[in-house]
Amino acid sequence: MSAFKSNIPEGPLKDKWTQHKNDINLVNPANKRNIDVIVVGTGLAGGSAAATLAELGYNVKTFCYQDSPRRAHSIAAQGGINAAKNYQGDGDSNYRLFYDTVKGGDYRSREANVYRLAEVSANIIDQCVAQGVPFAREYGGLLDNRSFGGVLVSRTFYAKGQTGQQLLLGAYSAMNRQINRGKIKSYTRHEMMDVVLVDGKARGIIARNMVTGEIERHSAHAVVLASGGYGNVFFLSTNAMGCNVMAAWRAHRRGAYFANPCYTQIHPTCIPVTGDHQSKLTLMSESLRNDGRIWVPKKKEDAEAIRAGKLKPTQLKEEDRDYYLERRYPAFGNLVPRDVASRAAKERCDAGFGVNKTGEAVYLDFSSAIERYGKEKAYTSGHKNPSKEEIIKLGKEVVEAKYGNLFQMYEKIVDQNPYETPMMIYPAVHYTMGGLWVDYNLQTTIPGCYAVGEANFSDHGANRLGASALMQGLADGYFVLPYTIGDYLSKDIRTGKISTETPEFDAAEKDVKDRIARLMNASGQHSVDYYHKKLGKIMWNKCGMARNEQGLKEAIEEIAELRKDFWANVKVPGAAESKNAELEKAGRVADFLELGELFAKDALHRNESCGGHFREEYQTEEGEALRDDENFKYVAAWEYKGEPKEAQLHKEDLEFKNIELKTRSYK
Amino acid sequence: MKLTLKIWRQENANAKGKMVTYPIDGIEDDMSFLEMLDVLNEELIAKGDDPVEFDHDCREGICGACSLQINGEPHGPDRLVTTCQLHMRKFKDGDTIVIEPFRATAFPVIKDLIVDRSSFDRIQHAGGYISVNTSGNTIDANSIPVNKHDADDSFAAATCIGCGACVAACKNASAMLFTSAKVSQYALLPQGQVEAVERVENMVRQMDLEGFGNCTNTGACEIECPKGISLENIARMNREYLSATAKG
Repeated sequence: MSAFKSNIPEGPLKDKWTQHKNDINLVNPANKRNIDVIVVGTGLAGGSAAATLAELGYNVKTFCYQDSPRRAHSIAAQGGINAAKNYQGDGDSNYRLFYDTVKGGDYRSREANVYRLAEVSANIIDQCVAQGVPFAREYGGLLDNRSFGGVLVSRTFYAKGQTGQQLLLGAYSAMNRQINRGKIKSYTRHEMMDVVLVDGKARGIIARNMVTGEIERHSAHAVVLASGGYGNVFFLSTNAMGCNVMAAWRAHRRGAYFANPCYTQIHPTCIPVTGDHQSKLTLMSESLRNDGRIWVPKKKEDAEAIRAGKLKPTQLKEEDRDYYLERRYPAFGNLVPRDVASRAAKERCDAGFGVNKTGEAVYLDFSSAIERYGKEKAYTSGHKNPSKEEIIKLGKEVVEAKYGNLFQMYEKIVDQNPYETPMMIYPAVHYTMGGLWVDYNLQTTIPGCYAVGEANFSDHGANRLGASALMQGLADGYFVLPYTIGDYLSKDIRTGKISTETPEFDAAEKDVKDRIARLMNASGQHSVDYYHKKLGKIMWNKCGMARNEQGLKEAIEEIAELRKDFWANVKVPGAAESKNAELEKAGRVADFLELGELFAKDALHRNESCGGHFREEYQTEEGEALRDDENFKYVAAWEYKGEPKEAQLHKEDLEFKNIELKTRSYK
Repeated sequence: MKLTLKIWRQENANAKGKMVTYPIDGIEDDMSFLEMLDVLNEELIAKGDDPVEFDHDCREGICGACSLQINGEPHGPDRLVTTCQLHMRKFKDGDTIVIEPFRATAFPVIKDLIVDRSSFDRIQHAGGYISVNTSGNTIDANSIPVNKHDADDSFAAATCIGCGACVAACKNASAMLFTSAKVSQYALLPQGQVEAVERVENMVRQMDLEGFGNCTNTGACEIECPKGISLENIARMNREYLSATAKG
């Protein structure tokens, strides 16, 4: 076990990363050819890390459960990627991006990591443009920007509502170049089942070939986990159906500490749930809050009439609408951070102002944006006296050019035209700030096991700002990990190939096979989804947007009980030695059933509210989150000790030397 | 609503497949097509049968994992959507729905409705990239101005999700729309010009090696493409290919 030390370099904040790069050991190009690295997950973080490591000369093996690396869920990110380019000349800087991110995270992230993120952010844009990522441009041919929540500048680069897709295809193209050179071997439809430790170091993985069911051994000098977040512990989330915590959780069980599991982002603008058949939720990008105004009716009777289908939102007069974000937070208005916007929506709906059948929806309205853009467009194209109809027509065209694919997606799902009637939205689980604990080098507490992207905990504190996940994934993969891993690998230049024919690999493979056999041989009462949905309900009701001591205590007991039932009675049809989607799901849900319990334990121990973690007992008179810096200004890193509820807490105190700790205000 | 499903079942790549009929009830308008299959699978599991396997992941129309030939059309009867975003309100009570995998020599069946589309990946390996290092030491992003129309067209080509509907729609099982979308994305950008000749030659060579058919300009691919990738891309690729081979 490596010491639990953050390894933040000495020196002034702005020099730390440069100095660190100068100080760490390098591996010479000839030796890199003798070193193998495994990368699990091929999203933005994993794909970019794999491509860069291969380019540096290491032999890389990548693993993804999808049929192609290009399908990793980074592809679904919509709105954009932040970078402190200051192309708009609106006062942006590395420091401001750093400050916004630390404040946005409610002062629960590591200063040094976040500053490094801001520092490399501009490089990401240069890199992606060189790779041929088609970002949105202005008529002059230069790059366009837009604004996202929690900031006062325009620093978000975008490609319509498909920024994640374009960035991921960029990373995938960089991977393809290395695959073509033979430097990356890509294993698709493969799932990591366990990490293998030799003399306490990560030296390989056990993977399952999902087509044949074969259990395979793969060795390497280091293992990089880029396996994403664990939002699917809630069953319903904006994650892809296959997103899971297995790789991270298996590492946790082998000694990697799991940090801040209770920090979950509930995204304010998602399409509301319609019924029990629902399998996932769909995000409507935060970029829509640039132009959409969020409201509910001012009067309860209007809300009731709307719910009963007797009144249409477009019939409601301006003065009868409550633009509650603009009312409560005049400085940031509709662009408050996600945690604040989500809680405000829940508050209005709980108070009886919800606008769909279930009472759990608010409006996101584009009518004023359509009018504003229409007028501007009419003027710039020479119509100085446009009619109302002309204005609306032109305005719709502008809005379509900006958000067309999102509006189409909404219409296909909800069967309503958002150009004509306001969208209905409600918060949904979207991202997990918690994850594997890593030091400044992105190394977990298992030597040689690294975690990048959403899989680690490091940069977003208790709440992530919009357009920062893409930035962090690519920063970790392109610019941070490829440097820091060299320091570790420099000690391995004489190690030689790691054998897979060792007692450690034997034992790990046996564990994996035994576990699969247990799943296949349970009594067969209920399907995997039956358990997953039950877990999701417990998580949403007791560990969701608002939490309290009693609910969390109940959740811990209920999840433990459900887990016991699962292992005794789950039904997995078919054979283990073939393609078997139910077996794949069962393995993932088994791990969610452990993580969920740790999640609740973490939420219970944190007697404060911060960012996405809102404890009902700890709030101001105005219902805002009440932090307790004296007692909880630390990262909670949990060590596995058998049952999740037995996990042991380790605290990493967070030092704020460059930012004054304040109550977060967006008023 | 009540439906009759006729679904292709095939144990594995080497087994012989067949159509199997399943009646299903209680399907709601708001369900997506894949959620309807979830309901069927829960019923099959409860009965002790093997569930129907199909590819899917993001369920929001962007990852390109879902496929399915529904009543003879890739991604079913609706336009500009993937199967995961096709909703049951597009069907009527009493309908019979025929569900098959995407059919093409270059897309062999793995199990039931799942096909192997790794041939698409191999076309990309052959040249679907710009050869720049990812070290970050490159020129400032704004030092390469790009005409907005070219940037927008490049983006439109780049929105291809690699699902394979174009191949499944084509009577020749041609992959021209897919390959040309990638070639076009780069051909329209100054960054992509440097390697344009090698790229189009290598990608077309790999496409032919994978066993995809030729293009005979019927245009079915464009109609069935869930992302509306334009046939213009094929014309552009043909131009690029001709000029590349002329340069020799």
